[in-house]
Amino acid sequence: MTERTISSVPVVVLSLLAAALATQLALKSVEPRPTASALDLSDPPPRAALQLAAMGEPIGTANLLSLYLQAFDNQPGISIPFKDLDYAKVESWLSSILDLDPPGQYPLMMASQIYAQVPDVRKQRQMLDLTFRKFLIDPNRRWRWLAHAAIMAKHRLNDPALALRYARALTEHATAASVPDWAKQMHIFVLEDMGETETVKILLGGLLVSGTITDPHEIHFLTERLKALQSAEQSSTASKR
Amino acid sequence: MSHATTFTHVPSGLNARRIGAIARYTVLEAWRNRLAVLVIIAVTLLTLLSLFARELAVTESGRLQTAILAATLRIAAVFLIGMYVINGLTREFNDKILELMLSLDLPRPSYLVGKFCGFSIVALAVAVIATIPIAVLAPVGSASAWGCSLALELLIITALSVFCITTFTQLLPAATFVTAFYLLARSISAIQLMSGADLLGVDALGQKAGRLLADAMAIALPRLDMFTQTAWLVDGSAVYPVLLSILLQTMVYVVLLLAAAMFDLYRKNF
Repeated sequence: MTERTISSVPVVVLSLLAAALATQLALKSVEPRPTASALDLSDPPPRAALQLAAMGEPIGTANLLSLYLQAFDNQPGISIPFKDLDYAKVESWLSSILDLDPPGQYPLMMASQIYAQVPDVRKQRQMLDLTFRKFLIDPNRRWRWLAHAAIMAKHRLNDPALALRYARALTEHATAASVPDWAKQMHIFVLEDMGETETVKILLGGLLVSGTITDPHEIHFLTERLKALQSAEQSSTASKR
Repeated sequence: MSHATTFTHVPSGLNARRIGAIARYTVLEAWRNRLAVLVIIAVTLLTLLSLFARELAVTESGRLQTAILAATLRIAAVFLIGMYVINGLTREFNDKILELMLSLDLPRPSYLVGKFCGFSIVALAVAVIATIPIAVLAPVGSASAWGCSLALELLIITALSVFCITTFTQLLPAATFVTAFYLLARSISAIQLMSGADLLGVDALGQKAGRLLADAMAIALPRLDMFTQTAWLVDGSAVYPVLLSILLQTMVYVVLLLAAAMFDLYRKNF
């Protein structure tokens, strides 16, 4: 089927097409660019509905939902975007996304690195708690986010007890060989910061004797650390005398 | 086919009667094809599905049922109308019915407008059938606004399907285009939002290009995410100002699509 030239199209049709196109462009040009506001974030759909909507593609759907959620955080015109969000809804969204794609790291990265950075202690704790709860479900895969949460609890929240709780959970649950030793030993350094030197010495000594550490540099570092603790204790005892 | 390229040979009264006849036979064809039965079966099955979901819900069961029913009815109505229009017009192209009609004293726009009017009546009927179970579950005002919006959405899909089949003349490319267009028009706002998100603080060239592309597509597409919102039913949010904007968007876009379809039809050599 060959095509006729454009000149065979009546002027009326061409004019109508041009006018309609111009009206559409004008109409859409004056329409403001959609911007997300914190209030716009609704509850996530029910989990069963999300599974159904994924149509056998839960990983792709989870990633799309992550991007969708992320779009509510950083929009032009919103000065403090994260703080204004309803964190109960954010938590529901992150949980739903994790349910769709449990091996995915994106939701916990968002929880611990993004949403937990708001200048609101209650919201920070809420996100750290979410990270902790989700860590317990799959510790060997999600350990890094709890490690970050432990550091946040110690330095940002100034809550060493919470940091120690997270660090101990890392030691107890993240036992796979793929989890680095620094994460497994984090509770020792938290205890040291808390002034629990006796406990730290016992733990460090036990760790060195157990033979779980094979890297010579790490053995050297921990040995030096133990010696430093012992010498600090001896000097403090001598000064007291 | 010299008649085809003129507007003035046929008196307007006669032309209107011809358009009316084509529209009437299009509706009659839909009736004889048992489209109404198919729509009623689909609406019934989706209502039963929503009842099943309601039974599973621990809380807010009514809200959940309305939301699931509204979302699925909307998709089903769009799918049925889109496929029906594309399939009907493909058959007319393949069976040379269009050529036969154009060999008579019938201008091409009359054929196109007649078919569109007929399909529009069918689309309105589908919207009415789909709104009935919604009206049972939601407040009448919200349900009627939802139904009006669905009818307008189906008009756009009808015009789009007419345009696609006039351009592609084959079912598969036309159906693919309509599906892709619909999905894009439903998600273009979310795409724009995502393209505007600058979480990493890196304003790279790729990101700028993506943002420009999303904005360009948004100008060319109707914002179908504004249409037929479930939130109107479950949250009772104010809808009438939005309906006016939806009506305006529908009018402009339907005229645009029909003009584009006419342009393509005029350029075809049979």
